[in-house]
Amino acid sequence: MSRAVGVRALALREGAARALLAAAAAVSIVAVALVCLFLLVNSVPALAHIGLAEFLLGSEWRPANGLYGIFPMIVGTVYVTAGALAVGVPAGLLCAVFLSCFASRRAARLIMPGVELLAGIPSVVYGFFGLVVIVPLVRTHLGGQGLSVLAAAVLLGIMILPTVITVARTALDAVPSRYYEGALALGADHERSVFAVVVPAAASGLLTAVVLGLGRAMGETMAVIMVAGNQPVVPESLLGGVRTLTANIALEMGYAADLHREALVATGAVLFVLILLVTALIGALRKGRAA
Amino acid sequence: MMTLLRERVACSLAERLDQAPHPVARSADAGCPGSRGAARAKMAVDGLDLWYGDYHALRDVSLEFPEHQVTALIGPSGCGKSTLLKSLNRMNDLVEGCRLEGTVSLDGHDAYRSVSVADLRRRVGMVFQQPNPFPMSIYDNVAFGPRTHGVRRRDELDEVVERSLRAAAIWDELKDRLKKNALGLSGGQQQRLCIARALAVRPEVLLMDESTSALDPLSTAKIEELVGELRRDYTVIMVTHNMLQALRVSDRTAFFLGGEVVEAGPTDGLFTSPVDPRTADYVAGRFG
Amino acid sequence: MGSRSRSAASHSSVAPLRRRASSLLLRGLAYAGAAVTVLTLGSLVVFVLVNGVPHLTPSLFSGEYTAQNVSLVPALAGSLLMAGAALLLAVPVGVGAAVYLVEYARRGSRFVAFVRVTAETLQGIPSIIYGLFGMLLFVSALGWGLSLASGACTLALMVLPVIMRTAEEALLAVPDAYRQGGFGLGAGRLRTVARCVLPSAAPGILAGVVLALGRCLGEVAALLFTAGTVAQIPDFGGSGALGLLDSCRTLAVHLYVLVGEGLHLDEAYATAVVLLALVAGLNALASAAAKKMRKGSAL
Repeated sequence: MSRAVGVRALALREGAARALLAAAAAVSIVAVALVCLFLLVNSVPALAHIGLAEFLLGSEWRPANGLYGIFPMIVGTVYVTAGALAVGVPAGLLCAVFLSCFASRRAARLIMPGVELLAGIPSVVYGFFGLVVIVPLVRTHLGGQGLSVLAAAVLLGIMILPTVITVARTALDAVPSRYYEGALALGADHERSVFAVVVPAAASGLLTAVVLGLGRAMGETMAVIMVAGNQPVVPESLLGGVRTLTANIALEMGYAADLHREALVATGAVLFVLILLVTALIGALRKGRAA
Repeated sequence: MMTLLRERVACSLAERLDQAPHPVARSADAGCPGSRGAARAKMAVDGLDLWYGDYHALRDVSLEFPEHQVTALIGPSGCGKSTLLKSLNRMNDLVEGCRLEGTVSLDGHDAYRSVSVADLRRRVGMVFQQPNPFPMSIYDNVAFGPRTHGVRRRDELDEVVERSLRAAAIWDELKDRLKKNALGLSGGQQQRLCIARALAVRPEVLLMDESTSALDPLSTAKIEELVGELRRDYTVIMVTHNMLQALRVSDRTAFFLGGEVVEAGPTDGLFTSPVDPRTADYVAGRFG
Repeated sequence: MGSRSRSAASHSSVAPLRRRASSLLLRGLAYAGAAVTVLTLGSLVVFVLVNGVPHLTPSLFSGEYTAQNVSLVPALAGSLLMAGAALLLAVPVGVGAAVYLVEYARRGSRFVAFVRVTAETLQGIPSIIYGLFGMLLFVSALGWGLSLASGACTLALMVLPVIMRTAEEALLAVPDAYRQGGFGLGAGRLRTVARCVLPSAAPGILAGVVLALGRCLGEVAALLFTAGTVAQIPDFGGSGALGLLDSCRTLAVHLYVLVGEGLHLDEAYATAVVLLALVAGLNALASAAAKKMRKGSAL
């Protein structure tokens, strides 16, 4: 009798545990659903009022005058992100190649913790560094205010380095050594074997590294605010100030109300959609690699 | 032929009297004429000792590989036959802690000192155990070697690719899909593509490291047939764990045990009348 | 990695000049990429240290914040409270989710695939979007206002995917023999997981938690509109649990505010030093945990 009760209690406990754990797993589904829902519900009224085309393509952002065009910020995000990739991707990929194929084990052991530290440094610290080092450099050597597309691009390029390096290195390390050996056996030297065989063989992984870096650059907020100047206009040159979608939200959310506030949420929704596209791209890349 | 065998017997007897397990082949092998008439040695190793860290993988190995002949290296796994093969084109350089003494020569020149490693590997091609086509098109695979060595002109590359694929007896199967990724081929096709890729740099010697062990019997037969033809233009040295394959394909065979050459000579002789009892045991299948 | 170290490259002395040149160029590029990374990192760290360490004055660590001393103690306390609360929420949920995915769920079930996709989505969402969402849900809809609670919940969501993923990897690395051992003794699944699997996955999980802690300490964008910037330690003494509804600033937010105000750059450098030191310490902890994990699973 008591044994039957014990068994039943055990089954009950197992069932409860399973349900609880499944609920924990479901949290991420609920979270994504809630984020979508809140962004949607809070931005639809503004979009309906402003008009989607006017919102996305309007070139004036003057909330005080009822003008809500985020086109300059979309362009700004594209510029800054592209600039960050131009700076960070070559350096990051080459550093990964160095770590995976050129460095002695000791050098790699010395550099990797540094890269990890770089990944952990808070973005405000980066932003601060950008403000007191990169911005003055740009101002004195290239002219302009210093707070510029260029400064933001360089800073973000540095910030995506650890992401690009870590992911790219993993991809390079995963290339079977028989490719490398096959190239050597044909009389290719180390450099040609690495760059003409190992690197192309890791292409999809390297692309994933780039796209992850892109996502990181696109979503960065605080560091960009501190060095980009934040003028809501399409910059006329690399030295012009620029405002990204992320900066637009962070700069004005503190005091915005009503339509202005909803327009900022809608800005977030646009950014969210862009990030979803990037995430989908990463997923597709991963699937392509598995196949 | 007979004198040679007799010499060997005498030699091995003398050694057994010495109680010293020296390789029988060493003294007898030098300048030994192959089964297809006198051939000069294309490659040779002399007194080769090799260590992986503390592990003594090759012990005083001396062998000659006559030009335009197929030499098979046989022996149980871990006996040093692959190690020897890899020291012929310096692939052992990749292994950390690998150290060797003695000489490896190509056409009488020291392969480690008087030839650059890139040149050595161009002249001494290698086909691996696992087919390892690069993850790129069939054409680019074959053209990789020539491009590495400076061939840029399209028509020249086209010609090399076709010639190499024909030489590897796979041109007819692949000529319509040269732009397709090589990883889409079957295992046997991949291995023949790798042979074509190795031939594309016009090597003089072809090393084959158990190159059929990952393949099905049909593909194996095709590659064995191919090796028979390749001997006309190349010197082939193959490692095989399959004694019947050595018997079918090779002109000469060397039997390895514990990092030493126990016996080496014309394939027929080694299989039908082995001198050393260990060889006799092995070819009779007692070592497995 | 060892097999591709460049032992073979250096011998080719007779190689054609052109080939030699292109190889040298390629090798130079790889070295340059590494040099740029190392120099950037080095200059950043050195710059912050050189400018910050001299300003680590006692007044910076005084208990009370005033406009004169701009003490970072309230912010430090705020950081620890905020990160602690966020992890208190995120760790059980994240580890629980990972346990479900690895130990309970049928491989390839649609629910699992869906959880994975959404977790990856969460991981990709920029922190400013979390901040926006936290403001809409916790601050406004639930009426918690700018508070420790709103900020912690927002951060918890943000680090949830990090904890989930690392915990999942740690669990997957546990050999099946441990599970069979548990089941073999007649233990139920729950007991097997709790007694045999989780302990050996613990270092890996810990590494993930430390990673998440680092992100909490460094976060600003998600906190500006959820926790606010008030420089005080939440008053649990006076108002009990209601202290959760007090606004507070973390160290990273503190740094942002100092830089933005532009009046206390020296103190800003000093604050950056403290943040860097925290991050470096956490990194060391995480890699020690990861090393232990590797050793443990190798046994």
